[in-house]
Amino acid sequence: MKQIDFEKLKRTPTDQPLQVLDEKGQVVDSQLMPSLSDDQLVDLFKQMVWSRVVNDRTTKLNRQGRLGFFAPTSGEEASQMGSNYAMKPDDFLLAGYRDVPELVKHGLPLWKAFLWSKGHVAGNVYPEDFQAVPPQIIIGAQYVQTAGVALGIKKNGKANLAYTYTGDGGTSQGDFYEGMNFAGAYQAPALFMVQNNLYAISVPRSKQTAAKTLSQKAMAAGIPSLQVDGMDVLAVYEAARQAREWIVAGNGPVMIETLTYRYGPHTLSGDDPHRYRTKEEEQEWHAKDPLVRMRKFLEDKQLWDDQQEKDYIDQVSTEVDEAMKQVESQPEQKVSEFLKNEYVETPPAIQKQIDDYQQKEAK
Amino acid sequence: MARMTMVKAITAALDEELSRDPKVLVFGEDVGKNGGVFRATDKLQEKHGQDQVFDTPLAESGIIGLANGLALQGFRPVPELQFFGFVFEAFDEIAGQLARERFRMGGSRKMPVTIRSAFGGGVNTPELHSDSFEGLVAQVPGLRVVCPSGPYDAKGLLISSIRSDDPIVFLEHMKAYRSFKEEVPDDAYTLPLDKAAIKREGKDVTIITYGYMVRESLQAADQLAKEGIDAEVLDLRTLAPLDEDTILQSVRKTGRAVLVQEAQKQAGVSASVAALIAEKGILSLDAPVARVAAPDTPYPFAQAEKAWLPNKQDIIDQVKATVQF
Repeated sequence: MKQIDFEKLKRTPTDQPLQVLDEKGQVVDSQLMPSLSDDQLVDLFKQMVWSRVVNDRTTKLNRQGRLGFFAPTSGEEASQMGSNYAMKPDDFLLAGYRDVPELVKHGLPLWKAFLWSKGHVAGNVYPEDFQAVPPQIIIGAQYVQTAGVALGIKKNGKANLAYTYTGDGGTSQGDFYEGMNFAGAYQAPALFMVQNNLYAISVPRSKQTAAKTLSQKAMAAGIPSLQVDGMDVLAVYEAARQAREWIVAGNGPVMIETLTYRYGPHTLSGDDPHRYRTKEEEQEWHAKDPLVRMRKFLEDKQLWDDQQEKDYIDQVSTEVDEAMKQVESQPEQKVSEFLKNEYVETPPAIQKQIDDYQQKEAK
Repeated sequence: MARMTMVKAITAALDEELSRDPKVLVFGEDVGKNGGVFRATDKLQEKHGQDQVFDTPLAESGIIGLANGLALQGFRPVPELQFFGFVFEAFDEIAGQLARERFRMGGSRKMPVTIRSAFGGGVNTPELHSDSFEGLVAQVPGLRVVCPSGPYDAKGLLISSIRSDDPIVFLEHMKAYRSFKEEVPDDAYTLPLDKAAIKREGKDVTIITYGYMVRESLQAADQLAKEGIDAEVLDLRTLAPLDEDTILQSVRKTGRAVLVQEAQKQAGVSASVAALIAEKGILSLDAPVARVAAPDTPYPFAQAEKAWLPNKQDIIDQVKATVQF
């Protein structure tokens, strides 16, 4: 078993992304192979299939006007599901707007994720013990908050961490740097994921920075970082698992850059990737599809076949249908409820508005 | 009871709350060993330890982001922004994040954060230290903006703010820190948030003000009394949301309102008070609502503060004009 040397990574940037599986599903680094049982390997792959199916269904539901804001995730299943699979239920997730799959697998009911997409408050009402906040729209804000959650976990003496995600463009934000630097200064248990899918809407990664890698940016905070093949779920999982172990042991934060690609547009709000990406580039990345290589790996181990896949896709489709029933049976939102949610102790000036709106709503 | 300055009263409030609740955390730039650039946190780290009182890296967004994250872990953060002129660095974490977290999560989380920050003119600071930016945060739904005018209010309002489960921006006027003393009870006491205070009763005109301008207004009222004008002085104390009832009651009684703020006329919160009176109190007015405020330029160069900042004489002149309207 290869141990990642996080102490060394504080000073030495990685020059090669970690990889376990190549594009053909062949094991290229058996030393880094995670010790997952057959059931766990299948479970992890199912999460990736789940994410792809939900992505495709969500896209259709958006086109039909039955869902709202959605940032496509296809292509990023290894990066998202692989890292998330290495976390524990009591770890605190601060997701970006594209990280809805992680949130759902962390425990958010799918129908709530859909309500978030549609713009309904019920999607963001989280049980007290659910260790997460809703997807963050302000790019970078989740990074500084992660430092705070992580410091809180440390002060509370819990053996957990806070973990967060941003994209390649997000690494240019001040909050990106401040978040890692604060967590480093306090040696707080935080995992900072950077999902480098090569584009921030239309702006290529090369226009964000002259830095050779994004992972090396963590050196400025004095924290270890590494690059991982973000289309290889086993590499992402193992890097995140080892990072988690190191962080929770009290060694401070880690940053991981996953090299990945989104097959779809930036969001479904009118972005057309063909304005800024070539078909050739897309084809090149489709050949790296994280699902294809993991399926090949599982098929070779006789852990997966076409029938299983078909059955599972049907199952996820039913799950989406069930979630949509919940979504479409929600009561309309009330302004008076918004006003009541605003403060714990409602100021009199706000109470007057509550009274006014309640009268209006009663008509 | 002891006579003390406002900065001492603030230290006493922080000391009380740090002792009372181990979840109260005081942090910011130089608030630890140094005791704060104004000594507002003097000796607190020594007494309560580095876990509860600690320094941060020099980055305001990081500081408020830290507070937001700590609140999500059950703490009661009391972060400090060294000068409120630096609020722009942290504006997303205050206005975009902290203020709306409870709302966006449908009431399923609370954010008991009190952001302390120094502001205010008359002490010859360098650029962007003294600016009155309270109007910016007063426009953010989900926040309370609290501004004490002296030692007694500062202690009671700060204790109430820290104990509040809602996010609060607590603004401390630098000239009020040490320029005068008041009797302050030794024990912990609270003052109601959302409640303005009548600092001087009067029947001819209501001066509605906050921060250091309360003291200028009280001095103006003393002089006006000698000239036969009986001014009521209303200290807003909480600048947003406004205590509508106390404001309207006073204006109904006197029939005249002069709104006094140190901020530029286009800034501050006086325009909101004026709108409130126009909406709900116009029939009780014997004269137009008047405003005393700074000119609409950026905050002045230190040497020009005297010419630029509103003062007692400006208030006296405006009150006379309003009474004689």
